Amino acid sequence: MVKFKIRDLDVWFGPTHAIKQVNMEIQSHEILSVIGPSNSGKTTFLRTLNRLSDLHASFRMSGIVEMERVDTRGMDVETLRRKIGMVFALPLPLPLSIFENVAYGIRMQGVKNRKTLEEKVEEALQQGYLWDEVKDRLDESAFKLSGGQQQRLCIARTLAVQPEVILFDEPCSGLDPISTAKVEDAMVELKKKYTIILVTNNVKQAARVGDKTAFFLSGELVELDRTDKIFTAPQDQRTEDYISGKFG
Amino acid sequence: MRNPRRTEKIAFFFLLLATLLIVVPVGLIVVIIIQKGLPAINWQFLSDMPRQGMRAGGIFPAIVGTIYLVAGAIIFALPIGLLAAIYLSEYSRENMLTRLIKLAIVNLAGVPSVVYGLFGLALFVVFFKFGASILSGSLTLGIMILPIIITASREALESVPSSFREVSLSLGASKWQTIRHIVLPNAIPGILTGTILGLGRAAGETAPILFTVAAFYLPQLPHSIFDQAMALPYHLYVISTQVPNVDEKIRYGTAFVLLALVLVMNLIAIVIRTRFRKKKKW
Repeated sequence: MVKFKIRDLDVWFGPTHAIKQVNMEIQSHEILSVIGPSNSGKTTFLRTLNRLSDLHASFRMSGIVEMERVDTRGMDVETLRRKIGMVFALPLPLPLSIFENVAYGIRMQGVKNRKTLEEKVEEALQQGYLWDEVKDRLDESAFKLSGGQQQRLCIARTLAVQPEVILFDEPCSGLDPISTAKVEDAMVELKKKYTIILVTNNVKQAARVGDKTAFFLSGELVELDRTDKIFTAPQDQRTEDYISGKFG
Repeated sequence: MRNPRRTEKIAFFFLLLATLLIVVPVGLIVVIIIQKGLPAINWQFLSDMPRQGMRAGGIFPAIVGTIYLVAGAIIFALPIGLLAAIYLSEYSRENMLTRLIKLAIVNLAGVPSVVYGLFGLALFVVFFKFGASILSGSLTLGIMILPIIITASREALESVPSSFREVSLSLGASKWQTIRHIVLPNAIPGILTGTILGLGRAAGETAPILFTVAAFYLPQLPHSIFDQAMALPYHLYVISTQVPNVDEKIRYGTAFVLLALVLVMNLIAIVIRTRFRKKKKW
């Protein structure tokens, strides 16, 4: 099933043309890895999907981003962002307790019942593979967790809102290899229920977890195909140069 | 040939001298006022009405008047200042209008206090017919400290990392929910600090209350916000210049109480700020 359909997408920040004429479809229940050098428009692409780009005063776009055939520009932005969760590059816990971090999104939807909140928080932490490590210290500040735990907390916090899509923006850039492996395991497990778009600077990570891989360069989508094809027989010379480490 | 080490020593000397020059007057003011004022301080001085044309008795109504004025100023200025700060920091985009508003706030902070006094007289006392009253004086002081509160609140709001806002919004919270639950709670210590500095300023100013509320001699407590009241800074001015043969002890005692009031407020601001810095979690 097609989750996103993007047609003729152009994005500008002031005079900077950040995304140029991107057309693509994203299937549900897949992991799409987005790779490319810095400043290639990967993160902008991600933030245009959940409309966080709107926060920039100089942001402009043309073209259409459809989610399940509905134009995202026409949707209520809070509803859209509930459907599209996001995990940021650095672990960014809110300055609240572990429990309240996970409960935050649900609370903002008006849920007040303590029991419901507790159930949903536990469920989300289980899915984020963090429950066993934090179940006895839910009232501690989230900043007391290690970096890897904080990032899994952020994943659990995103899951608690029960989104349909999860955007990962270089989620392992600040993590050690073991924490990275845990986050990657979580992503592969999550794809059964969610559509996942993973922006990564780590080409190997894209090869490990992505069902499909998209290669961005200077704001253009160079190539999008199944991951094994991208990594064994890329159609475009630039893709081959990038994944073989000739530039980047 | 120049010896760089010697040059450095000379530079160091002048830097130290300049720093000491700042400390000396502050120290002297405090020492002189404590030395001359402290002997006057006793329970009767703090709790009694002034007597014999202010040459004896206490300064109780002036203390109460100042507290009323400061409280009134804050009740008026804090909500308006905070809401304006939230608008400027969270909602407005950079354009001609917001640039104009920000310029106005900066200029408002630079207006001499006596001009606020005249403005308060024209607007609140005469035009709105509040008369010389606690209400007029509080509103005038409130306008005077608005820029302090707006500037401090804006800085406090803007110092909350924007990544927190993005996280909150990405979880489907609305803009107002984000402000209410994430931005404001983390900005409160900074807002409080600015508010208390504003309080100190309001407590110490003479000119804005001169035409709007201050009573020359009123040995009773105000009954409502439409009454005139005595206030510490104006009382100090009166007994120092307008009334002959006031004992020096009473004058310095009054100055001591005023100084203590303002210093205590600043101290509270500092304590809040330090506690906040320790608690800061990012």
